[in-house]
Amino acid sequence: MGDLVQLKSFGLTESEVFGALGRVKVRDVDYADLYFESCVSESVSMEESLVKRATKSVSQGVGVRATAGEKTGFAYSDELTKKDLELAADTARYIANSPGGTNTVPVPVHHRPTRDLYPIDRTQAEVATAERVSLLNAIDVEARRYDPRIKNVMASFNTEYKVVMVATSEGTLVGDVQPLSRLQVTCIAEENGQRQAGSFGGGGRVGFQFYYEGDRYLRFAREAAREAILNLSAVEAPAGVMPVVLGGGWPGILLHEAIGHGLEADFNRKKTSAFSNLLGKRVASDVCTIVDDGTLPGRRGSLNMDDEGTPTGRTMLIEQGILRGYITDKLNARLMGIPLTGNGRRESYQSVVLPRMTNTFMLAGTSDPEEIIRSVDRGLYAVSFGGGQVDITNGKFVFSASEAYLIEGGKVTRPVKGATLIGSGPDILTKVSMVGHDLKLDEGIGTCGKDGQSVPVGVGLPTIRIDEITVGGTQR
Amino acid sequence: MNQQIQQRDGYGQLALDLLAKAKRSGATEADIIIADGETFSVQVRLGAVDRLTKAREKRLGLRVFVGKRSASTSTSDFSVESLNHLVGETCTLAKAVVEDQVSGLPVADQMAGEIPDFDLYDSTRLNTEQQIELAKRVEAAAMSTDERVTNSEGGDFDSSSGRVVLGNSHGFLGEYQSSSFSMSVSPIATDPETGAMQRDSWYAVQRKFAKLDSPEAVGLEAARRTVRKLGARKVATQRVPVVLDPEMAGSLMGNLCGAVSGYALYKGASFLAGQLDKPLAPDYVTVYDDGRVVGGLGSRPFDGEGLPTRRTTVVERGVLKSYLLDTYSGRKLGLASTGNASRSVGENPSVGPTNFYLAPGTKTVQDIIKTVKQGLYVTDLIGFGINMVTGDYSRGAAGFWIEGGELAYPVEEITIAGNLKEMFAGIEMIGNDLVFRGRITSPTVKIAEMMVAGN
Repeated sequence: MGDLVQLKSFGLTESEVFGALGRVKVRDVDYADLYFESCVSESVSMEESLVKRATKSVSQGVGVRATAGEKTGFAYSDELTKKDLELAADTARYIANSPGGTNTVPVPVHHRPTRDLYPIDRTQAEVATAERVSLLNAIDVEARRYDPRIKNVMASFNTEYKVVMVATSEGTLVGDVQPLSRLQVTCIAEENGQRQAGSFGGGGRVGFQFYYEGDRYLRFAREAAREAILNLSAVEAPAGVMPVVLGGGWPGILLHEAIGHGLEADFNRKKTSAFSNLLGKRVASDVCTIVDDGTLPGRRGSLNMDDEGTPTGRTMLIEQGILRGYITDKLNARLMGIPLTGNGRRESYQSVVLPRMTNTFMLAGTSDPEEIIRSVDRGLYAVSFGGGQVDITNGKFVFSASEAYLIEGGKVTRPVKGATLIGSGPDILTKVSMVGHDLKLDEGIGTCGKDGQSVPVGVGLPTIRIDEITVGGTQR
Repeated sequence: MNQQIQQRDGYGQLALDLLAKAKRSGATEADIIIADGETFSVQVRLGAVDRLTKAREKRLGLRVFVGKRSASTSTSDFSVESLNHLVGETCTLAKAVVEDQVSGLPVADQMAGEIPDFDLYDSTRLNTEQQIELAKRVEAAAMSTDERVTNSEGGDFDSSSGRVVLGNSHGFLGEYQSSSFSMSVSPIATDPETGAMQRDSWYAVQRKFAKLDSPEAVGLEAARRTVRKLGARKVATQRVPVVLDPEMAGSLMGNLCGAVSGYALYKGASFLAGQLDKPLAPDYVTVYDDGRVVGGLGSRPFDGEGLPTRRTTVVERGVLKSYLLDTYSGRKLGLASTGNASRSVGENPSVGPTNFYLAPGTKTVQDIIKTVKQGLYVTDLIGFGINMVTGDYSRGAAGFWIEGGELAYPVEEITIAGNLKEMFAGIEMIGNDLVFRGRITSPTVKIAEMMVAGN
């Protein structure tokens, strides 16, 4: 794992890198870092039973950053020339109001991440295109075999192999290899001129064999087909306030939108979050304990270290209903005087570091999931979702169901069409009255957007009951 | 032509060299896109510089066809060794996928001939101090007009410029430059009684620096939009008329744009599949996609495949008259490209709008609101609750409750739901307030009725 071997792969020596850092870390700069990244992404996709598209993209570059007080100077380049480093140094110098010159930074200490959460052989990450093609072909066959009403199957398999290296003015040099892959299946079903879609997918920081374990790829195909067929018979969704039971796994997107973003340190330092000043206060019912954990092996949201070289960890966000902590990067931890949690992330060398979630989930409770459904007389049971969004400042969040059912008289009855659920972040978890013992993490499809930057994340949830939330259907 | 090419700088020649190399490596057809540019962005928060970002970047994308098989690759490494490797690798990748009968470049005689100048480039360069000053002014204007504005997510000023070089094995070689200047501010207002916060923002974006609104005008509008949200509440669940402000009506046009994209249509993934020449909306609804607006934010002289852009009437007097197509999706549907190939370097072409807009009507926004006894004026929509296959629509909303033809009070934590087909058919009035603030724009739109879910 990452040290001099990787630095060499960027065509650089240690003295060049730390010489550049010295140029950036002028007087009054609190912190500076260089983030080197090299990334190979490959994608194959299938539709109409033909794998007809293949793409490959190679990118390499460096992001140079300096912080002074609350200010950040940032420059990036796809070339590591003297000119580019000068541009970076000038940008950094400007924000620090410091004269130029060369300063020394401490002699580098090499930190290897002490663990490897995704020890994947490069041959497992870079499988031949022919193998990817046969994976997709098998998915097409399986989905169409599920039901003759499946009229089109679209599937894609994407991999990314990212090598990163972070050199900091604190004198650390640390690197990581971050493989990531995802298999996504969408089916279109048609009956009597009516069409519906269903989607399913998953992945993580895993090798190619992951998709074959227990015929996982075929299950993805059947799940996408099942959802499309199910939605053919879906009735209009109800509108208004009602109890909602969320199934385990991906519905954990509730936590990501309702509270996760609101607990990112930048918004709280600036006091623009609906959660500002709520540390130590009750923001959820006492059956809710929620963590952000970047240390789960092989997970899509996991990292050995964040993009500032800090080892990731498990951060208690809400403990039995009480707000315990924010997730931080170096800048915000320093300015707020709170612990560094290893959540400083960036989409690429072209983006600045922001505090971001990793895998965010609620710990299991004690209720029996079936008992939770039986407790609802009239409501919604939602088991799969599309995307969500939140307004950090007023706390209002939405997430949209893609597979949901009516609960009538304590029983799950008819499937309903997708509907958006809307609530208020600091308030919604106080309405969680039951938490199941069936914690499930999602399959590995989540991508979180913030400030125009996308990063892979995970979520998880046991079955829970929310006593009331507004369901945005069309029927009274 | 050769003379002309020799006078170009390296990128045109580079494209020609690589196209020749691709042919030698077994490609029957190929195209290359090279994009480079620089960006400078300043964010100011509470009067002090928060973030400065400067960058230069470049990228090259190669697409090859080996018979009816094709693959695309991209790189930011322009070294001879790396590019030679890329050409070989792309041809190998193409041989690994199956034949696709309709794949290929556009027909040679349809390539753009003249490269028109739509005035997309401004050579104005602002220095660091000037950009910081503009960002400070837009934020200061937002913070100083109303004491309920208590905080800020910051004021931004961004400038960028770049060029695109596109060449293909038909001998087409085109190039254009473009620039963009934008500013925005996101003030936060606090309710003096409850302490509840609201945020909104406003922005200006232009290809020419001189055409930007003043920072003071942008800041003032941002403050107005933010303060008016204070005291927002929920309303009861009910079916009412819904008026979309121009920004939100623009998002509805964005949904239309997605539904008429050739790729969604041939896959059966659009609710408008098979609807060409059928009525979509009342006869006062006309929608254009015009790639040739002088100075337009979505204008370009040729599309991502080198075909000339054009003005397409998408909806004419309520009837769906045209899809938006590139060569591939057009061939799948048995239609000609509409010059809407959109190309991000390294991806296969897809379909994208140029300047896509709903033609304005004659009513003022006040006239439109006046016609609503009880209803909703929407200024914010959040979430992704749109099923493009069926048109089912359900999104989080905020805005104002309309009572007796006037905006009565702000509302939030509600949803609006319906089906896009019914929403387009239900367009009752169109405002006269069209302003080109982006690539997809609209005036105010009134929809006859939607379900509002709240209490």
